[in-house]
Amino acid sequence: MLRTTPFHPRTAPLVQGQAWRRWAGYSVASAYELVHDREYAAVRNAAALFDVSPLHKYLISGRDAARLLDRMVTRDLTKCAVGQVMYTPWCDARGKVVDDGTISRLSDRVFRLTSAEPNLRWLSMNGAGMEVAIEEVSERLGALALQGPLSRTILQQLTPADLGALKYFRFIETTLRDIPVAISRTGYTGDLGYEIWVDAARAVPLWDALVEAGMPYGITPAGIWALDLARIEAGLVMLDVDYHSAHHALIEAQTSSPLELSLDWTVSWTKGPFNGQRPLRAEKARGPAWRFVGLAVDWGSLEGLYGEVGLPPQLPTVAWRTSTPVYKDGRQIGYASSGCWSPLLKQYLALAHLQAPHFGAGTSVEMEVTVEHRRRRARATVHAGPFFDPERKRT
Amino acid sequence: MTYDAILVGGGHNALVAAAYLARAGRKTLVLERRPLVGGAAVTEEVFPGFKFSVFSYVVSLLRPEIIRDLDLPRHGLQILPLESTVVPLDNGDYLGSWADPDLSRRELARHSARDAEAATLFGRLMHHMAMAVKPILGMVPPDPASLAPSDLRGLLSLGGHFRSLGSERFHALHKLMTMSSADYLDEWFEFDPLKATKSASGIIGTFLGPRSPGSAYVLLHHYMGEIDGAFRAWGFQKGGTGAISETIARAARSFGAEIRTGAAVEKVLTKGGRVTGVALGSGEEIAAPVVVSGLDPRRTFLELVDPKELPGELVDAIGKFKFRGSSGKVNLALSELPNFTCLPGFGPHLRGAMSISPSMDYLERAYDDAKYGEFSRNPYMDIVIPSLIDPGMAPPGKHVMSVFVQYAPYALNGGWTDAKREAFGDAVVDTIARYAPNIKSAILGRQVLVPPDIERITGLSEGNIFAGELALHQLFFFRPAPGWARYRTPVKGYWQCGAGTHPGGGIMGASGRLAALEILKEAGA
Ligand SMILES: Cc1cc2nc3c(=O)[nH]c(=O)nc-3n(C[C@H](O)[C@H](O)[C@H](O)COP(=O)(O)OP(=O)(O)OC[C@H]3O[C@@H](n4cnc5c(N)ncnc54)[C@H](O)[C@@H]3O)c2cc1C
Repeated sequence: MLRTTPFHPRTAPLVQGQAWRRWAGYSVASAYELVHDREYAAVRNAAALFDVSPLHKYLISGRDAARLLDRMVTRDLTKCAVGQVMYTPWCDARGKVVDDGTISRLSDRVFRLTSAEPNLRWLSMNGAGMEVAIEEVSERLGALALQGPLSRTILQQLTPADLGALKYFRFIETTLRDIPVAISRTGYTGDLGYEIWVDAARAVPLWDALVEAGMPYGITPAGIWALDLARIEAGLVMLDVDYHSAHHALIEAQTSSPLELSLDWTVSWTKGPFNGQRPLRAEKARGPAWRFVGLAVDWGSLEGLYGEVGLPPQLPTVAWRTSTPVYKDGRQIGYASSGCWSPLLKQYLALAHLQAPHFGAGTSVEMEVTVEHRRRRARATVHAGPFFDPERKRT
Repeated sequence: MTYDAILVGGGHNALVAAAYLARAGRKTLVLERRPLVGGAAVTEEVFPGFKFSVFSYVVSLLRPEIIRDLDLPRHGLQILPLESTVVPLDNGDYLGSWADPDLSRRELARHSARDAEAATLFGRLMHHMAMAVKPILGMVPPDPASLAPSDLRGLLSLGGHFRSLGSERFHALHKLMTMSSADYLDEWFEFDPLKATKSASGIIGTFLGPRSPGSAYVLLHHYMGEIDGAFRAWGFQKGGTGAISETIARAARSFGAEIRTGAAVEKVLTKGGRVTGVALGSGEEIAAPVVVSGLDPRRTFLELVDPKELPGELVDAIGKFKFRGSSGKVNLALSELPNFTCLPGFGPHLRGAMSISPSMDYLERAYDDAKYGEFSRNPYMDIVIPSLIDPGMAPPGKHVMSVFVQYAPYALNGGWTDAKREAFGDAVVDTIARYAPNIKSAILGRQVLVPPDIERITGLSEGNIFAGELALHQLFFFRPAPGWARYRTPVKGYWQCGAGTHPGGGIMGASGRLAALEILKEAGA
């Protein structure tokens, strides 16, 4: 049996179509309703409530905690203040990404790391000889993400903390209706949003409090299908979908460096030694061979291809995750790794790995689309950065 | 300040036209009489804290090409799903149609297994019909009486298009164009409330009953939105329909258009058969070589210019153009949600439309009242609660309810008075109360709008929601008059772009876009 999350008693009765999905050995809802449009819309319109408990979570404490993490990850962790959260990838010695996640500095000597994959062994190996304790708290800690423009309004009803003062990528330890929680202003939707970390034993009352306070504000439990649409709009990379961990890659070509994933901003060139530093410096000097970019598929081109068979464009309602060739001048120059129709932007979007020199914003390329069982190519334009990046995310 | 083009009226069509003109580099000015743009697509805080899409309330036909060309999502377009329709029945049961096709089929099968099967085939036929008609929405109507090459080409391509349908679909289309929605639906379905609800979309905005010939065609408009279904452009605009108008206005401004509110145009100025500018109610005159009216045909031809400047046949045709507003709108501020006896308590049905169309006879009787000059004592209603979808529309825990009502004839026996307006409002609330008894005690505020109110506030003649009925003899190359369906007028430089031109009413923007493209084409830009 797959494991269930601490919110399962509340989420299970809401899943109308038995649409569950595996995530790190847990089952979580793909969608609660039979059609997930409303769940997605809540992310951009009101507030969507996601159960993100399956994330791996570690507490790293001790005199050398900061040193361990700083040596492991690409960002400069010595600059991470208490109460701050940093998103960062971490690499192997060849500068290829092992995983990515967030690190919260709970106190001078205590950090919490979240990751997509198990990292206990990797942490221990990197901490060999250091004065540091590593504890996996994945099961002890439930996690919810409340994402959307009304998320702050809802949370503020329940907590004495001043959420208006909580900046982007900061967290506080406080209470939500007497339940001790940590609230971080983070998420995977590219919108205003928070993640709430709670002792698994208090998970159900936390869910109830949020749903009750959120009702007048349109709070909507939402599943992974909705999350996937939002993260593609936000241009956020996903492990095992868009790239493979260097620890799982069977061949060199299956690995990616942070630069190849367009995560340059997460690599500090001034910090002390860290895993992959040397190869990354060399890669920076010669320029990355790949980039991870957005593609906006040209509607007219799509309409033309479907028009040839007498159909209006058939658009996916769920994000796809099948590697799809991208061409330029008849030659394959890369592949898209996820894509969706954006209900908000009214654009067909994809996230793609493109080879130099074809990844510049505005470059015109072609993406394979299957139109009535035939492989065709639709025009698309390279887009740098998130497709959707509202001001409210930061302000 | 001089302008290349002035738009009279700030309805969504004029705003679309302004955006296209400005995008092409034209110095463009929009003049709107009211303090806000949008016309029949406006959001107003009618009661403190309660915002309403005062007139039009759902978006279904806004053209995808406009959304793309003007980049509307970047300017604030955000359409939220409106997923279901539930019809309370007189026996206490209900008929529901949900976002999930399996759920809908099973629900319909509960009432008629035969209809549940037929619905699939009917849906496919309507898909084909909508596909057949769709190109016409994006086409400038050719003039069948003209021998100009462009008209002939247009007619030829239209003929070719219809030939390509094949005889089966062409015949189906012909039926759709000529039959009553009741007869058309009778050929497909047996469950009366289903037929009533489907045919209701054929009477909206017209002075026709479900058994009036020609009403079937309007059904098709409903399906037109559906072929673009995957595009997800059907539902509620966040912030109400006024937010759509504001979105288009923002796009227009981003291209450099100027928009003035509180600026009523009194006259369009002409000299020697050519437009020279406009005169405002304030006496101010603004010159421009191009003036585009976004008002309905009556105002465009008979009020803004001197009819003496126009050919007699045109004045005559416009005089005969049928408006006959037949719809009213009741906007309610609610302290709590309505509790429908057919589906008690809170449920997903409240986030969709509730349609008061329990039977064909019910609709026909509602029409009978109107035929004889009275408002329907038991009207057809399309009810939505936008605050459940967009919480910003009402204070937390409170709600707004939008009730579109038919029939409320413009020419009421003895004329509309305040007392009659309130009596109409009472009839609406009493009818809702039969299905949701708590409604009366939940009402915190009530706004009742009947056709003369719609006319007074938006300027739409006789309060016709589509700026002229969507009847077959008023569509395509007849809209608004034979020979003048190509957005031009007999006055050089004077153009029309409102919903009274092809392809007509609804928040569609197509008239505004096609008009602007014609203007630009003529200028050789
Ligand atoms: C009650 C009601 C419900 C409806 N429901 C729906 C619906 O749910 N979905 C849908 O798609 N459609 C609906 N419609 C139809 C739709 O709203 C209209 O067809 C459409 O908005 C018309 O747009 P327009 O730009 O052509 O004209 P209008 O919106 O009528 O704009 C004309 C503008 O011109 C201004 N004006 C008038 N005279 C002057 C002057 N002399 N000088 C300057 N400005 C002037 C007016 O103030 C107005 O702003 C509804 C309409 C009504 C009335």
